[in-house]
Amino acid sequence: MRSTRAVFRNDARNRTDVGYLAFALHRISGVAISLFLPLHFLLLGTAITGEPALQAGLNWTLHPFFKIAETGLVLGLALHLALGIRLLIIERTGNIKRHEQWALFGGAFALSAALLFALSMEISL
Amino acid sequence: MTSGRNQMLWRAQRLSAHVLGLLVLVHLVLMVIAVQGGLTAAEILSRTQGAIGWLLFYSSFVILVSAHAPIGVKNILQEQFGWRHSTASRLSILYGLALVVLGLRACWAVFTGGQL
Repeated sequence: MRSTRAVFRNDARNRTDVGYLAFALHRISGVAISLFLPLHFLLLGTAITGEPALQAGLNWTLHPFFKIAETGLVLGLALHLALGIRLLIIERTGNIKRHEQWALFGGAFALSAALLFALSMEISL
Repeated sequence: MTSGRNQMLWRAQRLSAHVLGLLVLVHLVLMVIAVQGGLTAAEILSRTQGAIGWLLFYSSFVILVSAHAPIGVKNILQEQFGWRHSTASRLSILYGLALVVLGLRACWAVFTGGQL
């Protein structure tokens, strides 16, 4: 029987693992979304007094800083979604063999979504 | 906190995650479409004003995220920052209440567009 110390060791070496990175990014993106949500709701809530109030709020987001921040949020949301699906797959199937591939797939999905969003802001249909 | 309550919160977070996954995917697609050519209040309200379907979609989104996010926030406050569970629970409950109130208000706002 292998020693439990070898199986469950919990030290800095584990933090270089793809699984740890996926865990950390899932948490960081979750915190970012949690901080953003009240602001998102407050902005949309301005429509309660009519379209001009909402437009006044949206005008703030025309600044390039907001475009970068919005792209970052889309990246965070897509990352939280993909890494959350990875977590559900691992928990429901108990199969951890492909967890690294799922994490990489999640990262690729999130980067693609953010890129698509950033490019869409420049597209005029 | 009892392990039963922890288990209930764990289940609530996973159950909400299953539905939120689909809603977030729709939201992501919609965002990519909506920002094309710039995002205006008129454009947002033309889609949402008087649209019962979107009102139900976004209200469900708000209710589920108001359950999902505070559980995650509580876990992070306890596990990453070492907060006591009672303090972390109280803050996350307040956060959840704020989310549901502000979120449903936002849903109502874009549904009515100030016309009611």
